[in-house]
Amino acid sequence: MSGWLLRRLVETFLLLLLVSFLVYGLIGLMPGDPIDLMIAGDPRLGAADAQRLKALAGLDRPLVERWLGWLGRALAGEFGYSRLYSVPAVEVLWPRLLNTLLLMGISLALALVLALPAGVMAALRPRSALDHAVNLLAFAGFSVPSFWLALLLIIVFAVELGWLPAGGAAAVGGEGGLLERLRYLVLPVATLTLLTAGTLIRFMRAAMLETLREPFIRTARAKGVGTWRLVTRHAMRHAMLPLVTVLALQLGSLFSGALVVETVFAYLGMGKLIYDAILGNDFNLALLALMMATLVTLLANLLADLCYAWLDPRITYDG
Amino acid sequence: MTAEAAGTPGRGFWRRFLRHRPAALSAAFLAMLVALLAAMTPIGAMTGLDTTSMDLAARLAGPGGNHPLGTDELGRDLMMRLLEGGRVSLAVGFAGALLAALIGLVVGLAAGFAGGAADALLMRLTDAVIALPLLPLLVVLAAVDPARLGLPAELAGGELASVLRIVVIVALFGWTTVARLVRASVLRVRRLDYVRAAQALGAGPLRVVLRHVLPNVAGPAIVATTLSIGNVILAESVLSFLGLGIQPPLASWGNMLTNAQELIWQAPFLAVWPGLLIFLTVMACNFLGDGLQDALDPRDPEPAFSIRETPRCRTASAT
Repeated sequence: MSGWLLRRLVETFLLLLLVSFLVYGLIGLMPGDPIDLMIAGDPRLGAADAQRLKALAGLDRPLVERWLGWLGRALAGEFGYSRLYSVPAVEVLWPRLLNTLLLMGISLALALVLALPAGVMAALRPRSALDHAVNLLAFAGFSVPSFWLALLLIIVFAVELGWLPAGGAAAVGGEGGLLERLRYLVLPVATLTLLTAGTLIRFMRAAMLETLREPFIRTARAKGVGTWRLVTRHAMRHAMLPLVTVLALQLGSLFSGALVVETVFAYLGMGKLIYDAILGNDFNLALLALMMATLVTLLANLLADLCYAWLDPRITYDG
Repeated sequence: MTAEAAGTPGRGFWRRFLRHRPAALSAAFLAMLVALLAAMTPIGAMTGLDTTSMDLAARLAGPGGNHPLGTDELGRDLMMRLLEGGRVSLAVGFAGALLAALIGLVVGLAAGFAGGAADALLMRLTDAVIALPLLPLLVVLAAVDPARLGLPAELAGGELASVLRIVVIVALFGWTTVARLVRASVLRVRRLDYVRAAQALGAGPLRVVLRHVLPNVAGPAIVATTLSIGNVILAESVLSFLGLGIQPPLASWGNMLTNAQELIWQAPFLAVWPGLLIFLTVMACNFLGDGLQDALDPRDPEPAFSIRETPRCRTASAT
């Protein structure tokens, strides 16, 4: 176990290094770096000045050398200043990360609450009308463009019905408190939930169908266990095991969904932060936020593998 | 496992495919869509409408009159832009899926056939890409200025270049499914007698892979490619919506929605059509892939074990 864990930790670390190198290299290729902006902002500066400024900032050195420099500072917890917010990038990051984890956490929980019964009921009556309906909903869930679903919800609930705000966050210092904050969460959470539920439903249905063919289910049935108990006590436990892995894998696409949903609803989370930082040439912040999103997803997957071994004693990772 | 189950569409393929009603309907829908998009030029000539003329007196007009579906915020005809957007989105979708399939095939064949350390490395990489927050990372890639890669400006700035760039970027979304499915079938096929016979006769690894293995993993590869068309179209639409994909004035279903949000209070109908078409097209591709999978690999020809039926004795061996 410890050998396996060590190997996975090393793998995760190497992958982080690889992603950071790629992102670091790509970010330098985006239009409008700080020196471009300085040159554009001051007509007295010419090409020679640009060269001098580049040398001053160390931009004339090879990419690998610059990346190693960044890495060294990053490992020391030094991520530089954010150009857009004029504070250390780390200070911008934390509240945004919390907001996003809140958004993703609630959405994932609700998607599970939706997907578990739907998937199980569909699996219990394969090829029934209910199964077809659930299947259609699941396909709709992973076929719908995230931004369009968000726009549709805005049209229905904000424009036509006027029940909920179309985006943003509760006004600073406004009355209302928690309830008011929740009103702003409803539509983003609903969008992300519907986007995630489809995949989970399909997975749950397949896992349940598979489980119902297992000999131990037939044994339990033969012993006279009732349907309800058979499903909740015997089949569910078995079918939900791989769910741990699936949920962790969902985190990556949740971040992708969050980027779109947060941008559409002007929700102050990591996704919008990454988008704004990239478009605003805030290199330090973009790098930090991207690495944080990557780190969170990779760690979640590592954790899921650990949980899986812990939940299913038949699985060992050594050998 | 016979060669038939490993890939070639054997007997009953069409019967099984047509029995999957959503897939048959989807195929019909996609055929109609392609025919409609192909008829764009005659439609334009017949109605006298085009994609770029601005009718400033009739901005945001509703359906009816000169413009069957109304006009956008610049007074351009919505129907013509939808047709052009469809051509662009579908072309990018197909091209991106083909490129994704190519990457996936190479990775899957190499991993499955080489085995050992190469297999482990490639599959860990594939798993990692699946787990990563892809959209945030691809936003960086989409924001890169190709001129900084040393490409000449006229080549980097052209319309074709920007479309090709998006094709490459979205292909990076889609290749993982193909790679995994292809690897799984290679592992199955390469142990079959005829492959071993070819090896025993002295065929080199490249010849074995290309002549004997590749044709027999075509089925799963086609299924995975079909399934990834949907994902690729979604990816293109999201990037275009965010302003990082297809650049106006060229229309794509995604970038037609970029301004829809600002106009949502004045012209909510603008947001409906492009998104609906993306949704239906992606859903059709997904159903088509699902149907092909069922038809090519009828693992589950009978309705699975229903919990209501009296448990019969079945062979317990895993199928």
